[in-house]
Amino acid sequence: MLPDTMGLTFLAFCLPFLGALVAPALTRILGHNAAWPLALVPAAIFLHFLGFNAEVARGEIVTGGYAWVPSYNVSFSWLIDGLSLAFLLLISGIGTLIVLYAGGYLKGHPHQGRFFSFILMFMGAMLGLVASDSFLMLFVFWELTSITSFLLIGFDHAREAARRAALQALVVTGGGGLFLLAGLLLLWNVTDVTQLSLLMSFGAEVRASPFYLPLLFLILGGAFTKSAQFPFHFWLPNAMEAPTPVSAYLHSATMVKAGVYLLMRLNPVMGDTPAWETILPAFGGLTLIVGAVLAIRQSDLKLMLAYTTVASLGLLVMLTGFGSQHAVAAAALYLVAHSLFKGALFMVAGLIDHETGTRDITRLGGLRRAMPVTFLAALLASLSMAGLPPFFGFLAKEEIYAALAGGSLRAVAFTAAAVVGNGLMFAVAFAVALKPFLGAPVKTPKHAHEGPALLWIGPVLLAVKGLVIGLFSAAAHALLTSPLASAIAGKPQTVTISAVPHLGLALALSVVTIVFGIAVFLFIDKARAAANRLVEDIGWGPDRGFDQVMTGLVRAAAAITRLVQPGRMEIYMTATFAVIALALLVPPAVYGEWPRLPVWPADMPFHELAVMALAVLGIGAVLTARNRLTAIVALGIQGFCVALLFLLFGAPDLAFTQFMIETLSVVILALVMTRLKLTPRDHRPLREKIPDAVIAIACGLGFSLYLLKVTQGRFDTALTDFFNLYSKTIAHGANVVNVIIVDFRGTDTLGEIAVVMVTGLAILSIIRIRKGRA
Amino acid sequence: MTTLIFRTVAPFLTALMVLFSLFVLLRGHNEPGGGFIGGLIAVSAFAIYGIANGIAAVRRALWFHPMAISAFGLFIAAIAGLMSIFFAVPFMTGLWVYPVILGVEIPLSSVMLFDTGVYLVVVGAITSIALALEAEEDA
Repeated sequence: MLPDTMGLTFLAFCLPFLGALVAPALTRILGHNAAWPLALVPAAIFLHFLGFNAEVARGEIVTGGYAWVPSYNVSFSWLIDGLSLAFLLLISGIGTLIVLYAGGYLKGHPHQGRFFSFILMFMGAMLGLVASDSFLMLFVFWELTSITSFLLIGFDHAREAARRAALQALVVTGGGGLFLLAGLLLLWNVTDVTQLSLLMSFGAEVRASPFYLPLLFLILGGAFTKSAQFPFHFWLPNAMEAPTPVSAYLHSATMVKAGVYLLMRLNPVMGDTPAWETILPAFGGLTLIVGAVLAIRQSDLKLMLAYTTVASLGLLVMLTGFGSQHAVAAAALYLVAHSLFKGALFMVAGLIDHETGTRDITRLGGLRRAMPVTFLAALLASLSMAGLPPFFGFLAKEEIYAALAGGSLRAVAFTAAAVVGNGLMFAVAFAVALKPFLGAPVKTPKHAHEGPALLWIGPVLLAVKGLVIGLFSAAAHALLTSPLASAIAGKPQTVTISAVPHLGLALALSVVTIVFGIAVFLFIDKARAAANRLVEDIGWGPDRGFDQVMTGLVRAAAAITRLVQPGRMEIYMTATFAVIALALLVPPAVYGEWPRLPVWPADMPFHELAVMALAVLGIGAVLTARNRLTAIVALGIQGFCVALLFLLFGAPDLAFTQFMIETLSVVILALVMTRLKLTPRDHRPLREKIPDAVIAIACGLGFSLYLLKVTQGRFDTALTDFFNLYSKTIAHGANVVNVIIVDFRGTDTLGEIAVVMVTGLAILSIIRIRKGRA
Repeated sequence: MTTLIFRTVAPFLTALMVLFSLFVLLRGHNEPGGGFIGGLIAVSAFAIYGIANGIAAVRRALWFHPMAISAFGLFIAAIAGLMSIFFAVPFMTGLWVYPVILGVEIPLSSVMLFDTGVYLVVVGAITSIALALEAEEDA
């Protein structure tokens, strides 16, 4: 790769974030027309990555990047093969249309600039995620998509439902991200590589590793939460609280596919094992059925589409894990087809909502005259979703059936799941695309008319693209789907399916699906009622479960807080000192490491003895003091004696500081004590004082033994020698203590004085609060 | 506490102690002393002045809010560390100059500036706590 291409690619990854920076200012100047210049950002990225198409179609893998933290083997590096490139093109291509669409959809919204900023940030995160080569980058961008998704879902933050949905999405996908992190760390541990491109050659090691199963569960924990697999599917429909451009972009075309991307990426490494080929299709198939049934139940256009997205993601996971060559090709085809038609249909739903004021399917009808262009887009997209020839969706579905159909019980079961799921999605596609437009016009909250070009340009282009790819399938396979399938399979693959129906089992299954779909569509009101009854009979769902878990978490946190933070000073003090005593006494007791009793020095000078006696007298004075103030002052006697001992043993700096500290602490303690409004004397009965005395003695004993033990250990003089030797020559100071504080360990001191200042501020504010209350 | 003798002596005592604290600060690099100890001595001085003449007098005498003094100390300590950036040496490297003023060579260093910062942080933080507590008592 040429160096300037590398720089340009790096720029392409940074460009969305730069766009996000200027978006608010640009929107303030240009209003909703800022969408036009801002759409240039993803358009330029799209064109840049289109340039890699030829290389990737030849089967080459483009890598590049920069060292980031070389000592930890962390780099900012990317890996562009068929899989990444398909995602990169989808993200930037659909992103261009979404930016334009958002320009029309949120026209006049006071926070439109912020919206552009968020969506460009998300785009940058998503581009980074699918192109990441290093594990760390993958994780960072993965979490960044969760965070930007949180911001976008909660964009309409004044509504409680939006806030709840945003939080739910963040908790589920962000929590899943932690699973992913653990999984990546484990992968790193098992293989000792931190880059996906290198990981590819370690497939056998990973599969044979004793940690394979934990690893699989961790990775699936990340992928299933992100891609809304059952039982984590509930956050995705709730995320429809977001403005429609977000639903079309994040929650159908791109972000929710990140989990699928991860599974596809790791398929060559972790796939081809019984666990992989059981868990993935099972959960995928279950998600497909659950999603499709729940979609039938809805009458809100966006929610219907959201649940079919859940179903489609299930289908993709099922295909990824199914483990045959055709399944991989089918996954590749369906991935691209789904992004195109689902993105278009979401934009259509938003367009209908925007122009008529409702998206309840039972209150819509006869819009074909008022909104002909929208009708065209809806029709084309839904024909692709329904899987009719010659649309792209048809290719995908044929390939799916070709992949699944087989003689074994497993194949029959999954084929049945696919037929039922696809049939229900067929019905939903027709319901979304036909019901609002056909029949007699129904009065809508707003007078219906065609939306502005900004709004219909996106869905029309995406829908037409679905038709074009279907018609020119050979070119599309060569450029897009074959490299994509090769990357998923980890070995070269060619996709050959075309839009010309060819007799066979797959076509027969397609016909069955279409008949079943039409039947459901004709009786969709009855089907909806039946699905509703089913869900009501079950009653409890993961969505409610989420609320229960969150409520439980808050309650548990409150209970623990009440337990450890009761707000009573004496409990804090008792707990602190009891823990200190235990920490000092338990380890030597457990390991039998008691210090030897020191020998009493024979020739102890009289003045040293006198100072020690004075210190002991001071303690006696504290214990026998009649009131608290006297006790505090008496404590000072002991402190001054210790300072004297320091002085006698040649530590003038220490002694000096000890004198000052003693003086000030007596003064401040006295001030605090008078503030606490305590009775002058301790009137508690003896049996309440005894536990305190025990803790105090245990602490004192613990510290004494600890100091004895330390001084009996071997003393390493390396540092002392160093400081003594270099204090004068390097730091120009004779006072070693001071030189250490201000020069050798200056950065420590800087941190310490910052702590001193912050502590001062904290104490000051506590005093202020008390004053305010009084 | 506010006897006539104490009130008369306190200003002189305070002035002497502050002077002594500066002396301790400056000699710190070669003799026992330094910013921490110097700061603590200065705080004691202000505490004495406060006990004798009330906190309003101390606040007037300090001119700045003690917390501002503390923050300024932290600021110059950080600056002392950052000065090394202009000489392409690592953060916190001690820099020395020896200007000759009136025929006397005076060693000046970023280390001394740093120690002055420590002194001011200690003085400001602890004085403000002590003053706040004393004010409570008055109220």
